[in-house]
Amino acid sequence: MSAPITVPAPRAAHPPVQRVVAVRGRRSVNAYVELSLAAPEIAERAQPGQFVAFAVGGTLSAALLRRSIAIAGAGDGVVTVVVAPHGPGSTWLAGLREGDTVDVVGPLGRPFPLPEPGTPSLLVGGGYGAAALVGLAERLRASGSAVTAIAGAASADRLCSVEELRAVADDVVVTTDDGSAGRRGWVSEPAADRIGAAGVVYACGPMGMLRAIGELATARGIPSYVAVEESMACGIGVCMTCVLPIVGEDGRTRFSRSCTEGPVFGGDRVRFADVGTLPWDVVGADAMGVVAP
Amino acid sequence: MTALDTAVDMRTALGAVQIPSPVLTASGCSAFGRELEPFVDLAAIGAVVTKSVQLRPRSGRPTPRMAETPSGMLNSIGLQGPGIDGLLAEDLPWLVERGARAFVSIAGTRVENFAELAARLRGVPGVLGLEVNISCPNVESRGEVFACDPVAASDVIAAVRQAADPAHPVYAKLSPDVTDIVSVARAVTDAGADGLSMINTLLGLVIDPDTMRPVLGGVTGGLSGPAIRPVALRCVWQVHQALPEVPILGMGGIRSGLDALQFVLAGASAVSVGTAVFNDPSAVARVHEELAAALAQRGFASLCEAVGYAHR
Repeated sequence: MSAPITVPAPRAAHPPVQRVVAVRGRRSVNAYVELSLAAPEIAERAQPGQFVAFAVGGTLSAALLRRSIAIAGAGDGVVTVVVAPHGPGSTWLAGLREGDTVDVVGPLGRPFPLPEPGTPSLLVGGGYGAAALVGLAERLRASGSAVTAIAGAASADRLCSVEELRAVADDVVVTTDDGSAGRRGWVSEPAADRIGAAGVVYACGPMGMLRAIGELATARGIPSYVAVEESMACGIGVCMTCVLPIVGEDGRTRFSRSCTEGPVFGGDRVRFADVGTLPWDVVGADAMGVVAP
Repeated sequence: MTALDTAVDMRTALGAVQIPSPVLTASGCSAFGRELEPFVDLAAIGAVVTKSVQLRPRSGRPTPRMAETPSGMLNSIGLQGPGIDGLLAEDLPWLVERGARAFVSIAGTRVENFAELAARLRGVPGVLGLEVNISCPNVESRGEVFACDPVAASDVIAAVRQAADPAHPVYAKLSPDVTDIVSVARAVTDAGADGLSMINTLLGLVIDPDTMRPVLGGVTGGLSGPAIRPVALRCVWQVHQALPEVPILGMGGIRSGLDALQFVLAGASAVSVGTAVFNDPSAVARVHEELAAALAQRGFASLCEAVGYAHR
């Protein structure tokens, strides 16, 4: 592996807070539910790429682990998230009504590093991962970048944040695997067509998509930053469950926490092929009895 | 930041060392304390019980490392950590700067590893004492769980007590996965343990019904959270009844002040809050306040009066 062309994403400007907040608004968007939360202290601290972590099920809940969800929007005292109901915790969140309260910690994680003002940018979102790119698109446009966005999903009902991206990006491409909306196929095809014009690439979505986009960018010598969606127990960096093999600034690979050292990583620093394994050259693998071949 | 003032005298001790609060973090559930700073006054809590440190840096296990279970979770982290050099160079100085006390959890695969770690921590600023993790279930073989064998457990504790700073209390962390926890408790106390930390996680398993394979990369994992609280409380009760003079740091599923109170009444003179921190990062400070209020409501002037009260 050649030397990475990205620098690790720097820490966020502000520490997180924990608050019990009220749901200000709720609307169904295709297969998802968008929640708006009255959370001024989180909204004023949030930077694009960061996430919040919810306690689910109320105070009597037997589901203890926090649910981490990317911030889709932050402003005017309100934080917006897009919930994809798939398990009991996210289904509970998606069922919250206006006026309900929920315990939330945030903003958490490292934000997307911004490029030199005016750098043309390509943003790629998969499924509800596109929501994490809306605030970034706004910041990039505000600093003079031309923004191209690609939003893809398995089917039309799994697309997310397309209207929000259209409102801010110069060009938006939609893809679906089944052709039910936009171009039939994966985001990687239009991404390959458009990457030549980009000075930096950002992506959020499933691991396979992040790998494809990261490799595409790295092969062209273009820096890329990907926001991963690893499952986390705490979201704040104490449980050590959300680790990925990440190449650090010193070139050595460590099991790094997706919550505090991510969720934004350089696309060329994530060893996608090694996720779920313990490669011998991870720092500390020798102490686990894994030796160089 | 949360003020920890109360009318009830909440002071207690680990061995002979006084601490201002009986509520501590739990090893493996608050890393080295740093991430809790936005949520908790680290100098006001009893102590930061560190993630178990070993001689060398450890990567820990491959993912997935976690599965949520009813009122708890299963973990198979594999003791990821910076090693003793990293702890001494970075984590302990950081805690000292903030006036926090570290109760350092040490782990190893051989008796000599534990002794060397204890020796390396002699006289180190910020170190209040040692919790000896002889009961981590996430090791290669169950034969390595020292706490499942009274003789092996005693060997480790005797070596640590001999090598450790005389000013450092040495607590043995026990496993509930034994037939008779009192016999292990008695053995390690005879070997020189100044106190007992009870309990570590229980060995458990979750299978994914879709893949039809174990969820965790490490197959089995340690079960923690409120699901194990009655087991932990039973262990504290039994050991306090048999060895009433031995200080107990109680842990296992403590989520509220009333949970902590149960451990105190059963015989614990301090408690650790572990998995609850994942749910509520300010849990350690909150449990202190709730415990103080619960003691006041029941007419206790001090925490110490309530220790073991349920036996009397």
